[in-house]
Amino acid sequence: MSDTPTRVPLQSPLGRVRGLGSAKQGSHHWWIQRVSSVALLPLMLWFILSVATMGGKEYAEVVAWIAHPLNATLLLLSIGLAFQHAASGMQVVIEDYTRSEMVRMAVILAVKAACALFGVLAAVAVLKIAI
Amino acid sequence: MATFTLPKNSTIGTGKTYKAEAGAKNVKAFKIYRFDPDTGENPRYDTYEIDLDKCGPMVLDALIKIKNEVDTTLTFRRSCREGICGSCSMNIDGMNTLACLKPIEDVKKDVRITPLPHMPVVKDLVPDLTHIYAQLRSIEPWLKSDTPPPPDEERRQSKDERAKLDGLWECILCFCCSTACPSYWWNGDRYLGPAVLLQAYRWIADSRDDHTGERLDDLEDPFRLYRCHTIMNCAATCPKGLNPAQAIGKIKQMMVERQG
Repeated sequence: MSDTPTRVPLQSPLGRVRGLGSAKQGSHHWWIQRVSSVALLPLMLWFILSVATMGGKEYAEVVAWIAHPLNATLLLLSIGLAFQHAASGMQVVIEDYTRSEMVRMAVILAVKAACALFGVLAAVAVLKIAI
Repeated sequence: MATFTLPKNSTIGTGKTYKAEAGAKNVKAFKIYRFDPDTGENPRYDTYEIDLDKCGPMVLDALIKIKNEVDTTLTFRRSCREGICGSCSMNIDGMNTLACLKPIEDVKKDVRITPLPHMPVVKDLVPDLTHIYAQLRSIEPWLKSDTPPPPDEERRQSKDERAKLDGLWECILCFCCSTACPSYWWNGDRYLGPAVLLQAYRWIADSRDDHTGERLDDLEDPFRLYRCHTIMNCAATCPKGLNPAQAIGKIKQMMVERQG
């Protein structure tokens, strides 16, 4: 045997595959993504139709529409679900395409922070009009 | 980042052309990926012109003819030549399949043959399957039962219980599906891939196995299982007509089911 240290990793293939073991999670993330996408279907349909029919209306009329309790509630639900869905969807894409654990974690946290920021901002804007 | 281009030492050059013998009427060109790790050279495509009138109907027949009569250095795996051993899986005309089940006449132009995509190449058409075999080993593809078998009798299944294994037991582990899966390309180090997950489900679905919960525990992982994004390349390419994506879907369903 040679004394030179080898650079080829000598961990067994099975050891490498087992790695740090199963995370014992992921199902919830996957399921919530499916549920939120189904819930967003009617909400987005309602939102797009509402916005489309409001073309050319006065500022005061639009503000009054947002202030209506039902519209405000649906808007808040849409905002919450849309940003939640966007964050979890982008997390999956980032996990797919980034290699380094550090970069992966940093980008996912940044995306989640941005989604939280814009989500809360949009919700506060609706609440400011509605309440 | 996931790598989208080949590294410099993997770009494929043009190699030699072996002309058909004089007088051949029904000539088909086979462009075959060649790589020899001992030379240090980049891989290349060698072209072999074969007289189909003197060759069997399948791509494997042509490969064997080339190795026997034209170029003995051509390296590939094969054993049963009838689609049951899974050895001759390779990429033919852009699609992973078994060379022994692929009729030459199905390929309209030149027959381009490369090894299974995105695997380390040992030589020519032989990929290194060490990692994927270790992944298969990791899901413990054997019966695990704490119930002793009945004395002097086999473990019995009802017809319905046995029917659940149809579409699963037929897998011959050729790994056409896993190596066709982009998600396996990008994250094959941690994602188990369609072939191994189908095998995992084959034991999860087996009524004689007592360890379903533990098997699900081991799979519950954002990478091992949830890298499947139902791209469906696995089902499209499977030479046995199986649907690994459906098996993965059933595993995901069970994961949700057991939570309440």
